[in-house]
Amino acid sequence: MEIKKKAVPMRQQPVVERIKNFNEVPLGYNEQEAIEEASRCLQCAKKPCVEGCPVHIDIPSFIKALRQKEFQKAIDIIHENDSLPCMTGRVCPQEEQCQAVCVMKKMGDPISIGRLERFLADWDLANRKKQKTAVLISVPKKNKKVAVVGSGPAGLTCAAELAKMGYEVTVFEGYHKLGGVLVYGIPEFRLPKAIVQAEIEKLAELGVNFVTNALIGRALTIEDLFKEGFQAIFIGAGAGLPNFMGIPGENLGGIYSANEFLTRVNLMQAYKFPEYDTPVKRGKFVAVIGGGNVAMDSARTALRLGAEHVYLIYRRSETEMPARQEEIERAKEEGIDFCLLTNPIRYLGNDSGMVRQVECIKMKLGEPDASGRRSPIPIAGSEFLLDVDEVIVAIGNTPNPIISRTTPGLKVKKKGEIEADENGQTSLAGVFAGGDVVTGAATVITAMGAGRKAAKAIDLYLNSKK
Amino acid sequence: MFKIIDKYKLASKTHYVLIEAPIISAKAQPGQFVIVRIHQQGERIPLTIADFERNQGTIALVFQEVGKTTQLLASLRKGDYLLDVLGPQGNPTEIALYGKVILVGGGIGVAAVFPIARALKEKGNVVTAIIGYRSKEYVFWEEKMRLVTDQLFITTNDGSYGQKGFVTDILKTLIAEDYKPSVIFAIGPAVMMKAVAELTRPYNIKTIVSLNSLMVCAMGMCGACRVEVGGKTYFTCMDGPDFDGHQVNFDLLIKRLDTYREEECYCCKK
Repeated sequence: MEIKKKAVPMRQQPVVERIKNFNEVPLGYNEQEAIEEASRCLQCAKKPCVEGCPVHIDIPSFIKALRQKEFQKAIDIIHENDSLPCMTGRVCPQEEQCQAVCVMKKMGDPISIGRLERFLADWDLANRKKQKTAVLISVPKKNKKVAVVGSGPAGLTCAAELAKMGYEVTVFEGYHKLGGVLVYGIPEFRLPKAIVQAEIEKLAELGVNFVTNALIGRALTIEDLFKEGFQAIFIGAGAGLPNFMGIPGENLGGIYSANEFLTRVNLMQAYKFPEYDTPVKRGKFVAVIGGGNVAMDSARTALRLGAEHVYLIYRRSETEMPARQEEIERAKEEGIDFCLLTNPIRYLGNDSGMVRQVECIKMKLGEPDASGRRSPIPIAGSEFLLDVDEVIVAIGNTPNPIISRTTPGLKVKKKGEIEADENGQTSLAGVFAGGDVVTGAATVITAMGAGRKAAKAIDLYLNSKK
Repeated sequence: MFKIIDKYKLASKTHYVLIEAPIISAKAQPGQFVIVRIHQQGERIPLTIADFERNQGTIALVFQEVGKTTQLLASLRKGDYLLDVLGPQGNPTEIALYGKVILVGGGIGVAAVFPIARALKEKGNVVTAIIGYRSKEYVFWEEKMRLVTDQLFITTNDGSYGQKGFVTDILKTLIAEDYKPSVIFAIGPAVMMKAVAELTRPYNIKTIVSLNSLMVCAMGMCGACRVEVGGKTYFTCMDGPDFDGHQVNFDLLIKRLDTYREEECYCCKK
């Protein structure tokens, strides 16, 4: 058999068009392309990809089914381990996970596992809509209530798994809309909101109840939920508290946390202002601070809002950037100006208190720090000014303290992360936690993995407690 | 969806709306607020909880028509529904036995002062309130305030009702007459709260202000509401809304409140 070294490319919106709209950039494989790509898989005996996947999807088996055109069988295999494949197919860092260990990588491109997963998930979504078939799996009801706090990837996954086991699950969301970071954080051009909506509807069909405008820790506390008759609680509240650098001028108008900027644009649809009521500043010269996926999302969003020039200011070099390679490439293609080894030191404003300039300093790399990356050191005398009228600070998030402040006995770590063991068990009986609220800001798939593990642990806990 | 049980006009551009919200009502305390979103394309705006009736499962909001959302809210009627109400948000005002207290309310801030005055009175404090309005047509809740205070002063900027001038004029007189309270709570426009804080600073009278920053999430996630207090940045929604007035950077707050002036004008003209 001839080995095809090159992956089947995925069609995407041309740069000149996509920077003017919020539509999804990669367009996905069609059937022929998917089968062609799937045919490259060696179906090796070692299956390193399964180990590389945080939720251990049986990747070779679904690829085999796909190339035999057994799409239903293929998606069923994915669904055994992954309740939200439409999302993971799009936002998982496959190049660091399943695809990083693919045997084909030694000979050429690894199998495009993420693209194949996305193809199947989208096929399933379209197919389900056409046939109106419910995904209802009839399992005996357990008459036990479980509360899930937060409707992001961890919460949704945990809710799905518990519902499939027959538990009566209610998801509580603080915002008026479900989806957590999938809805307020990740932009439309990377994860269309209609897809998130469809995945949530799938959970509603499974019997999961959803309550919006319910911020646990204020209107209802963890203790209240137990009083309401919930026998176990999963906290998947995410890491929503935005970090700032604490440098002079950071509270000037026009300086946003990435959370605020993206929430305004994604959740509140400020890009459609004034059709939608929430405004957002549309800067002409925008600086985005940070080098992660959220920084890339912010920079590309600013561009789509009409910026003439977007600087991406990052204190280390491109090698240390935490963003996915794919996102870095797309940002560069779109003309984002990467100012590497550069750090802001203060902001200057006009008389109305709006930001007008950022002062930066050049950096060099020193010895590796605690994160294993070479630490940046400022170069004295290298300060310079950039004219900007909008700044987006995307330097990470920590867990929101509202739940821990109102839950006596719930142990948290220094930065506010809830202490939980590998199964999500916290310091309180019946209270489990997972995702960013435990690990600090991480990825969608690790949060989903944690939600899944916690669901199993909750099942064990409730079975042992008669 | 949250049903409007009652709604009427209190004064010029000022409205009262009673909402069925049992979960919020059960937990609401003086000093807290809600986030309201009225329609599918709507923005999220913070409104103070002016009153709550736990037995009835209701909360009362008082608001002034200042922008598109509040104008729309004013057009709703009894029996209509609010799309989203989130709350109670923010930390409750610290109600304790302080002894003598003075409450200063400016305009719509009077609605926020009311439940605090009532709770302080119930605690056994000697409660003096100074409430100020632009003019007579804006005056509301005078009687309601009288019921929960030992002493009530009213001012209007133009002198069309009560004493002519500002709330700070009365406060200045009281302090000059050696009426020194243990604590002052001031709620109103940022300029008023700043003026009160400046007035009490030399006398070292503890002055608590309730900040009215712009907000989006109100859950500590976005930082739209960040303020500087004692040189440090805080989120009003999570760390406030009550802060030590002598430590607040009011100039920054006032500028940040104006961030979207252009957009607001554009929206209201339409």
